[in-house]
Amino acid sequence: MLKDKTAIVGIGQTEFAKRLEESELELACTAINKALEDAGIEANEVDALGSFTFEENDEFEVARNLGFGELHFWSQAPYGGGASCCAIGQVALSIASGISKVGVVWRARKRGDPKSRIWSHTEDKVFDHWKWSRPSGLVRPADESAMLMRRYMHQYGYTREHLSCVATTLRKYANKNSLAFMYKKELTKEDYMNARMISDPLCLYDNCLESDGAIAVVLVSTERAEKLDKKPALIHSFSQGMSSEHQLMTDYHGRDPLKSSSYVTSENLWRLADFKPKDVDVAQIYDAFSPMIPFSLEAYGFCGEGKALSFIGEGGIAKDGQIPVNTSGGSLSEVYLHGMNLVVEGVRQIRGDSSSQIQNAKVSLVTTCDATPNGAILFRGE
Amino acid sequence: MIENIPIPGIEDYDKGFWSHTSKSQLVVQSCSHCNKVRFPPRPMCPSCHCLEHKWEKVSGKGEVWSFVVPRPPLLPAFEEISPYAVGLISLEEHPFIRMVGRLKIEEAQKNDDFELIKIGSKVEVAFEKLTKEICLPYWVIKENL
Repeated sequence: MLKDKTAIVGIGQTEFAKRLEESELELACTAINKALEDAGIEANEVDALGSFTFEENDEFEVARNLGFGELHFWSQAPYGGGASCCAIGQVALSIASGISKVGVVWRARKRGDPKSRIWSHTEDKVFDHWKWSRPSGLVRPADESAMLMRRYMHQYGYTREHLSCVATTLRKYANKNSLAFMYKKELTKEDYMNARMISDPLCLYDNCLESDGAIAVVLVSTERAEKLDKKPALIHSFSQGMSSEHQLMTDYHGRDPLKSSSYVTSENLWRLADFKPKDVDVAQIYDAFSPMIPFSLEAYGFCGEGKALSFIGEGGIAKDGQIPVNTSGGSLSEVYLHGMNLVVEGVRQIRGDSSSQIQNAKVSLVTTCDATPNGAILFRGE
Repeated sequence: MIENIPIPGIEDYDKGFWSHTSKSQLVVQSCSHCNKVRFPPRPMCPSCHCLEHKWEKVSGKGEVWSFVVPRPPLLPAFEEISPYAVGLISLEEHPFIRMVGRLKIEEAQKNDDFELIKIGSKVEVAFEKLTKEICLPYWVIKENL
């Protein structure tokens, strides 16, 4: 069993910016080094690695730059935004099962340059499942996400004004986080309503930032964690999820396209946990695009079907709301690093040192991308 | 970035779809053994695991399940025609089969008037020749005019 057997004991991140000078390898190594320092663990103790299939840095390159010793486990999780909790969960399983002792999971990415946008590298001929959408002009993830949002708005009677509350709420958190892209840069509802459209009904502020940076975390057994200085964030439950008839990003072919893979992850995550949604003190929800927050709030059981945008409009995800969400600003306003920023914020909330600390936070949820096969982790304090 | 519209690459399991669209006929893949329909096309029937398939003709009528209007930055070929509408169309005979396609309004001069497009609007398929082998389905709005 995995429950409470492992913990995140170290977090590290580089500076976040539109353009950083360092290579992705240098960024990865810097973030990992900081996470190990934060944990108080020597590099030569690391024997497990977790990363993303989208990661450009090979395990052996990372290992020999940081001076790791002999490794016993490594795995990569697929699907970009769906991967962070999966990569961490898999390393946790390896530690809990005794294969390895000290794990590192990281993501380094230089995406500040518009030329690095994945959709802009679409080839002349499309052979994968995107052959059924890209030739028709549904090219970018924003377009794919907008399709579901318009349907949701139609089905439940919402407008762009309702959706604006996602971006403005997250921006308020970022305004307090000195490490965030959007620190002190305010966003009003008026700014939102006047913003240029990217894929109607989504506008500029419904899209994540484009950024360079790296983030890493260190995992050990709970037994080991108790001997370290930092308050551990115990991995209480973890699951991955992929719905029947799922299709990556253009997930339009299931019985109800508004019932994403998040519903699958959620059901199994709660089955494995001693907690229910009402017990969660704070949540970090993957937000490459703003619709993913209301969709996930419903999938994880924080509000009823079709209720999420009114819940958010009434302050439900704000700092004094029922379930504060993306308290460091999220991918919309802190940094976009395939959701690894959400993981470290979930850990900070347990430690008690977030820039928007939720008092006495004991149970902290982190989720990954609603539109891909995904995963989630429920952290608890000691 | 590519200058042209990206073209669907043809695979063994979907060549029948494209050979029919070249003749202005919309089809859906169905299982040779249990007759269940599936979309997008794939090699194996998820119901009975049969690897043989056939192509069932459909009327090409459907309705708009949802739609978006992309604006730049886009691939150059789409930037040139933006704003345009792309819909997710639910087929009349098989409402749970949904296809992505460009949405056009019957009278050409009205193609910019996206207010005319509604979820639930009735549409009919048409085909645009992209290459010798590929005719891409798109959808024409027949009502709300």
